[in-house]
Amino acid sequence: MRAKAITRLLFTVGVITWLALVITDISILFSSTNHLTPDIPSWLPGVILNLFIVALFYFYKFKVERDDVLNFVDLLWRVFATGLVATVISLALRLLEHVIGKPNTSFLVVFKGLQYMINLGLMIGFLLMAFTAWKRLILYQKSKWLLRLWSFFEIGLLLSLILNSFKIHVLDQLYVPLLGMFVLVGLVLSGNMKWVAYLNFRQKWTSLLLLLLTIFYLLYIFYTNNSLTEDIGNMSKSFTHYSSHIFIVSLMVFVTVYSIFSFLVILFNLPTTSVFEQKLEEVVNFQRISQSIQTEQSEESVYKILLETSVSTVFADAAWLEINASQLEYKLHTYKITDKESYDIINHLKTHNIRGILDQGSDKTKNLSKHLASLKGSRFRSILAFPIYVKNENIGTLALLKELPEGFNKEMTKIVSTFANQAGISIENFRLMEEALQNERYKEELKIAKMVQKSLLPDVLEKDDDFDIAAFSESADEVGGDYYDTIRINDHTVSLIIADVSGKGTTAAFHMSQMKGIFHSLAQSDIDPHEFMVRANQALVYCLERGSFISATFFIIDTNTKKVRYARAGHCPVLYHCSAKNTTEYF
Amino acid sequence: MIHIKRIQEDGADVIILIGEIDASSSIELDLAIAKSVGEGYSKILIDCSALDYISSAGLGVFMSYIEEFKDRNVKMVLFGMNDKVANTFSILGLNELLKIGKDKVEAKEMAS
Repeated sequence: MRAKAITRLLFTVGVITWLALVITDISILFSSTNHLTPDIPSWLPGVILNLFIVALFYFYKFKVERDDVLNFVDLLWRVFATGLVATVISLALRLLEHVIGKPNTSFLVVFKGLQYMINLGLMIGFLLMAFTAWKRLILYQKSKWLLRLWSFFEIGLLLSLILNSFKIHVLDQLYVPLLGMFVLVGLVLSGNMKWVAYLNFRQKWTSLLLLLLTIFYLLYIFYTNNSLTEDIGNMSKSFTHYSSHIFIVSLMVFVTVYSIFSFLVILFNLPTTSVFEQKLEEVVNFQRISQSIQTEQSEESVYKILLETSVSTVFADAAWLEINASQLEYKLHTYKITDKESYDIINHLKTHNIRGILDQGSDKTKNLSKHLASLKGSRFRSILAFPIYVKNENIGTLALLKELPEGFNKEMTKIVSTFANQAGISIENFRLMEEALQNERYKEELKIAKMVQKSLLPDVLEKDDDFDIAAFSESADEVGGDYYDTIRINDHTVSLIIADVSGKGTTAAFHMSQMKGIFHSLAQSDIDPHEFMVRANQALVYCLERGSFISATFFIIDTNTKKVRYARAGHCPVLYHCSAKNTTEYF
Repeated sequence: MIHIKRIQEDGADVIILIGEIDASSSIELDLAIAKSVGEGYSKILIDCSALDYISSAGLGVFMSYIEEFKDRNVKMVLFGMNDKVANTFSILGLNELLKIGKDKVEAKEMAS
């Protein structure tokens, strides 16, 4: 809001100073043509003109320079529009002059003075608008050095206004060197045309037209003002003349030179625009492939993007992607080509024993176009094949096709091979992520298995006054398959099992629960340990997964007879410690 | 971690196990044996000389092939085990179910 208020204020100041300029200048002009001594000092119009310039200068500075929305064409359009308005008003005044015909002298003086003042105001407005716009264009890609030079140029021009206001006589001698310096700096600054490269083909055409018209308006306004000063000069010498005004002349030269330079640079840049645009598209495509890894849901999408981007970047007519699903079979992803057509080509190349497309062992990108010539009935005349690697393993081939013979150049080959590499990396990352997810899932499964296993182990073991029992189980980092349990058969016998289930995770926990079931059903009665093992084995043989097994030791503890009977099935031997004799031995 | 190498010698497929076989790496062992069988080898020698440890899951892999190999007349011989690993096999009684040789020469004789 503040900026808006400032621009309004500056505009008002501009209008007021212009009106003041008109009044003072015309009154001086009128007085001098009528041989009267003007009661206004002759230096006043010059100072007012300078104030007018400063007001307009800052008006455009606030209005155009701070506007971030404007793009290059918008800027040119603004300059063009200002020029158009100026020219239309100027032409209207000419028409009016024509209509009036030849009035009496004193009216003519006033009319001519007013016409000149309007034209001068318009020219200065137009020049300052263009100056501010060109500033933005020049400083689009700025360097320290360029910024300094521009500041010097701008501040120098404003200082020249102050010098001009005080009619210092030294200035007359300095006029030529000062003007020369500003023109030179303006020329150096005009060499900055980097913005042109950022225009696309359409924008370039628009810019050319706008610039051409801008140049035309500039020349017309210069011509009008020049002829007007001559007309007035014939009547009187005392009026505000701009030809010795360093600021205005420097601006005229700079704005015109930059307009012409821009026009020529854009004109000569036109033919190469398509190349530049293509490069830009390559960068965008490349980015798409890189990003696809984060956003896409499957490898299929990466393949699809690879196909699309490769085709659009090198202007291919069709493409296919051959992915080895396993050792022998491969999967075909096609783009703008039927499966049959691509198989025809693949088989043709195969029968001619050409290595490169089907032979995944080849590690080099191959241009196989010459072999296509011998394939009848195919619309394609050029083919290019690229291997795709994931972790140094060739996972497939990308083939690009063109209907033109010799359709691929070296540049295209390079670009697409970069795409293929990038796609390989994307797929690799994709697989790594998948693996990490799998790992995460596995860990979660282990957690559950651990909980299940814990719940299967009894909290309290059977014991009585005759014996004591203690159990301890500690698995390694993964879920162990340890199982132990007791059942009281009657008041003097207890059955006990210690088992180890092979494997890991949920399967082990599942098998353990089966073992628990078998133990609880078989060991309810006083069963012979050997018999227990035989029957447990019969039960488990059809339940356990392939590769899984359970080793176990089964005990029957009889407190009446003070005897322990047991059977061992693939489990660790029982270690017996006799505390009375202080001996330890394996059974 | 397990590293598995395969070499072919005198018509026999030698699977060399380097490292440790635990629950997760037992899958690789299973795959290696399955691949060897899939390629049609009828003599499979397992070199255990660089095998430091084998868990119950790893033993389960060997056990799971016993019946299958008997039916298909495939001979699998393990050899070169260190004492620790050999002890594991004997506790489970697997030394009675599997063919276990002292070294490669003996293993080849047992397989033929």
